[in-house]
Amino acid sequence: MSKVVNTLKEVIKLCGLKEGMRVSFHHHLRNGDHVINMVLDEIADMGYKDITVNASSVFDIHAPIVNHIRNNVVTALEVNYMGAVVGREISKGIMNKPVDFRSHGGRPSDIESGKTPIDIAFIAAPTSDNMGNCTGKYGASACGSLGYAFADAMYAKKVVVITDNLVDYPLYDFSISETYVDYVVSVDKIGDPTGIVSGTTKITRDPVGLMMASYATKVIQHSGLLQNGFSFQTGAGGASLAVAKYLKELMLKENIRGSFGMGGITGYLVDMLEAGCFETLMDVQCFDLKAVESIRENKRHREVTASHYASPTVKSAIVNNLDVVILGATQIDTNFNVNVHTDSNGYIMGGSGGHSDTAAGAKLTMIVAPLTRARLSLITDRVLCISTPGKTVDVLVTQRGIAVNPLRDDLIARLKEAKLPIIDINELKNIAEKITGIPNDVKLGDKVVGNVIYRDGTVIDKIRSVVV
Amino acid sequence: MRRSMLFMPGNSAGMLLNADALGADSIILDLEDAVSPAEKDSARILVRNALKHLNYSNCEIIVRINSIDSEFWKSDLQEIIPLRPHMIMPPKINSAGDVQIIAEYMKEIEEKHNIDKPTYIIPLIETALGVENAFEIAKSSDRVKAIFLGAEDLTADLRCKRTKNGDEIFYSRGRMVTAARAAGIDVYDTPFTDVEDEEGLREDALFAKSLGFTGKACISPRHVMTINEVFSPTIEEVEYAREVMDIIRVAEEQGKGAISLHGKMIDAPIVARARQTLEMAEALGGGVYNE
Amino acid sequence: MEIKNKAAAGTLESSDIYVVVEPNENGIDLHLESIVYNQFNEEIEKAVRDVLNDFNVENIKIQLKDRGAVECAIRARVETALKRAGGVNS
Repeated sequence: MSKVVNTLKEVIKLCGLKEGMRVSFHHHLRNGDHVINMVLDEIADMGYKDITVNASSVFDIHAPIVNHIRNNVVTALEVNYMGAVVGREISKGIMNKPVDFRSHGGRPSDIESGKTPIDIAFIAAPTSDNMGNCTGKYGASACGSLGYAFADAMYAKKVVVITDNLVDYPLYDFSISETYVDYVVSVDKIGDPTGIVSGTTKITRDPVGLMMASYATKVIQHSGLLQNGFSFQTGAGGASLAVAKYLKELMLKENIRGSFGMGGITGYLVDMLEAGCFETLMDVQCFDLKAVESIRENKRHREVTASHYASPTVKSAIVNNLDVVILGATQIDTNFNVNVHTDSNGYIMGGSGGHSDTAAGAKLTMIVAPLTRARLSLITDRVLCISTPGKTVDVLVTQRGIAVNPLRDDLIARLKEAKLPIIDINELKNIAEKITGIPNDVKLGDKVVGNVIYRDGTVIDKIRSVVV
Repeated sequence: MRRSMLFMPGNSAGMLLNADALGADSIILDLEDAVSPAEKDSARILVRNALKHLNYSNCEIIVRINSIDSEFWKSDLQEIIPLRPHMIMPPKINSAGDVQIIAEYMKEIEEKHNIDKPTYIIPLIETALGVENAFEIAKSSDRVKAIFLGAEDLTADLRCKRTKNGDEIFYSRGRMVTAARAAGIDVYDTPFTDVEDEEGLREDALFAKSLGFTGKACISPRHVMTINEVFSPTIEEVEYAREVMDIIRVAEEQGKGAISLHGKMIDAPIVARARQTLEMAEALGGGVYNE
Repeated sequence: MEIKNKAAAGTLESSDIYVVVEPNENGIDLHLESIVYNQFNEEIEKAVRDVLNDFNVENIKIQLKDRGAVECAIRARVETALKRAGGVNS
């Protein structure tokens, strides 16, 4: 027996795609992904309209989706993150329905509960056997973890695995098992390896980034959380990686053995694992080749599902055991609300990803970002879009001082004791505006182009169109 | 207190924005080598405006002007002196006379602008002649509060190769420290130019500190933290200084004359040094650099 | 001051502004492009006109490509361009 179907066209027919249905994709192939485009092109060619696309993220490589939107092939879009190229078009108001933005935890939660039932899940798999046992750990398009694809595989009505590395049955080291899979399609290439993972992710050379990383590390050091059993998540941005490097040096010097590193995993977290800073890595997504190699070779580097990572409705999720998370921001307001969805002009160029999930779960949520970018202050009176509510954000680290959420007076006391440059966030905003001047308010359009759906299901903000 | 002096290119609008937020005790806004001849005018105006409008309150400001054998140094001073930086760094200083020419012109500008507090001078000594005249240069004017060794130009003048371990500048370093201390002023060491080599930087800075240098300049912001750390008092130094001050207090209370600590006589220079150490530790936020 | 020749100052690096000035027959012809146009277009234009005013420039074509320069940098770059265009040494 084999589940292999020869063409995408055939498999779409076999799945019984109809107008109005919801199809889903994961984003483990990031900006190297070919699968979303090839499937949507096929759906368009076959003449379908009115399809809802639920993708964990959409990157710049997915720009062709804009035409499918214009042609009413895709009439609804649900993502956790959207790159600037597609984001710009969405912000101009090309869709009738607002895009639903969820978080990495909220998306699988809504799939599992049936709020966003998936009709057909198309799962890009760097390696699969003919029955659909598949993984991201092997193959030319290896991406490591397939964490974001599990809910789709387990709950979609029809599941199609798309691979460019079909291997003999059984693929013993599978991530997603054949029990969930209806069909397997073999294609030439599911993606471009250079866009999938970086060769090596490198820490920033930017002196401002390093200054912030040094402050952030000191905040962790004096937070009271850095002790045996410590757990930590950081992103792949340059300054975040520098924190991982400094933190590794500090943990080794102080002989602290942490419990786990979480997240999108980079070589720097792998270094920390190998140096004994952590017992294990919990990996929902790999960012570089070193992470892919580690998840393949090292048993203590564990693939986890997006639900396990961050779902608000599972019995317990890893984010709830997280001590410290380092996050970015395009804007933060004086109530510590963070925007990671739009740029300062209101154009969509991101999304929550795991931002609001980890902020809600971690004991210490730290935003690390430069106080000014070009002539714009990071800190505003009101962010253009609330991605993560201020009550879940504890500390803002900039190169010109560290602001602590007044809700965390315990932390303020500790950090002041450690002589760190603690400053009121309003004062920090004044410092920024002395440098930049006071900006005019950006006037946005009336049309709602995006709903920011918080992990508890409430719409915490609406993204408005940009008037061109 | 000045441990680190960070060079910032004078014509980079972006870098000037964050110059004071990189942890350096002093920043040197450079109008000389970091600026091409065609951009001298533009850097001078940009630095002038930065001094006027950016509130550099976190650190000391030094402006490196062009050398007195160039056509630019007078224009540099005309634009910069009215903005009252803490110090002017003139390069390629060979003699006391060179400093006096500059000091004289600075005075003229200050008088014209009714500035009563003089801007100080930190001569950059980077020629064989300058090194041999280091003491004279250090004593040349009340404005001279420190001297600074520049090894790149110096080694070219000495006709030797500039190496990482710096044997070729050993004599010059010693001569500079001796001259500065004899004149009662501070003295700063040349930058370590391999930006990637953190260990090499630390060794070089530790060696400079062991010779008596007050601090060290750097061309990369990434060197600032290490330099600050090396030139800050260590935990042991601070503890010893506290012990010295404690025993002095007790001795004064008891009216004792000669006192000793750990079997060593405590005399006036040791007390003075202990006081400096504690003042520095206090200025650093109540402790040593990296607790 | 009279704009005698075409001149430029500044760069297209982030936080800088590139200014090109050239002679113009009648009045001030100002073209501004900026990555922070929405937030600061009036402030930028005012800063530029202030500098033109300081140097008594009445006829000029001035093109600005702003990469988010702060006001003091804008003023510096415009001043430099003017001095270069007038053949005056600062």
